[in-house]
Amino acid sequence: MKGYALNKMCFSFNSEANREAYFRDPDGYCDKFDLTPQQRLALKHRDVLELLEAGGNIYYLAKWAGIFGMNVQQIGAQQRHITEEEFKELLVRAGGD
Amino acid sequence: MAQLVGGIATSHIPSIGKAIARGLQNDTAWKPFFDGYKPVHSWLDRAQPDIAVVIYNDHGLNFFLDKMPTFAVGAARQYNNTDEGWGLPVAAPFPGDPAFSWHVIESLVGDEFDITTCQEMLVDHAFTVPMSLLWPPAGSRPVKTVPIAINTVQFPLPSPSRCYKLGKALRHAIESYEKDVRVVVVATGGLSHQLDGTRAGFINKKFDLMCLEKIVSDPEALTGYSAHDLVRDAGAQGVELLMWFAMRGAMTEHVAEVHRSYHVPISNTAAAVMLLENSSPLINGVML
Repeated sequence: MKGYALNKMCFSFNSEANREAYFRDPDGYCDKFDLTPQQRLALKHRDVLELLEAGGNIYYLAKWAGIFGMNVQQIGAQQRHITEEEFKELLVRAGGD
Repeated sequence: MAQLVGGIATSHIPSIGKAIARGLQNDTAWKPFFDGYKPVHSWLDRAQPDIAVVIYNDHGLNFFLDKMPTFAVGAARQYNNTDEGWGLPVAAPFPGDPAFSWHVIESLVGDEFDITTCQEMLVDHAFTVPMSLLWPPAGSRPVKTVPIAINTVQFPLPSPSRCYKLGKALRHAIESYEKDVRVVVVATGGLSHQLDGTRAGFINKKFDLMCLEKIVSDPEALTGYSAHDLVRDAGAQGVELLMWFAMRGAMTEHVAEVHRSYHVPISNTAAAVMLLENSSPLINGVML
């Protein structure tokens, strides 16, 4: 429940017009949703772990990350505090186990 | 009467859709993956299904947390895809078969699966990518479709056992349809992967291979797992194995595995495709 408003905002990013509106004015766009201060700060930091902690669901957060062109390897690398290349190597290694 | 001609399970990773849009099927990095679908294409050419029942999970295109059905069945003349937010090209609409959908719905509810019915239903990459993989020329897709969505977004999720039973009820529904149509059941998702948290990038090849083996030979052994067990062993999004269990439930006790391929990684995921046909048990090496 604690992530409902955040996830609802991210769900709105299925629409290109809404993605553009957020990109132009993130604070103004956030005002339309009942976000907590923690959620607004996590969005500002563009920090996926913080967003998860604030109740974000990865399926909806992926739509938000798409606004900045972040792919799932970059999202993974950020959460593990490693580089994108290191993250990709980790995936390739998993196939060899 | 309708006939269930086979069951297919396949991954539905968005990057596959992007590779198809860019025509990368013969690119060195992608060719081994796409080649894994050629035996499935040959089989589909022979099997000639009229209808595909596609069991998938919506990722926040049609359903939001305001109303989240555990199981939802499409009953529309047409299913549209639309913008999901991260650049996948929008697929052309997919024709439905409302008469068959309503038969399936009546039968499932009769078998005590109190599903949600959808007379409008947007289908996301988990539906469109497998359709592109199975029937590559978009203009010549020969099947009508019935989408069945299983919730994997918001806990509580249905258990593997419940999804397996849904598959059994689906077989009953298909085989009790009066028209002479050929039906293929397609499950999409998996295998092991996790996108969120400090365990992002988790892939469990050993568990995947065990599941693939058991799906063929001893599916009931997998129904003892809980959805949380799947999260632990296959990753938070590896829970999409639920769709594979539903497909397996739709098949008879004994199946013949026509094809399997497994490929790590595609994007952050262990990718797989499996094709099963119903079969009779072998008694002293003779098929009954």
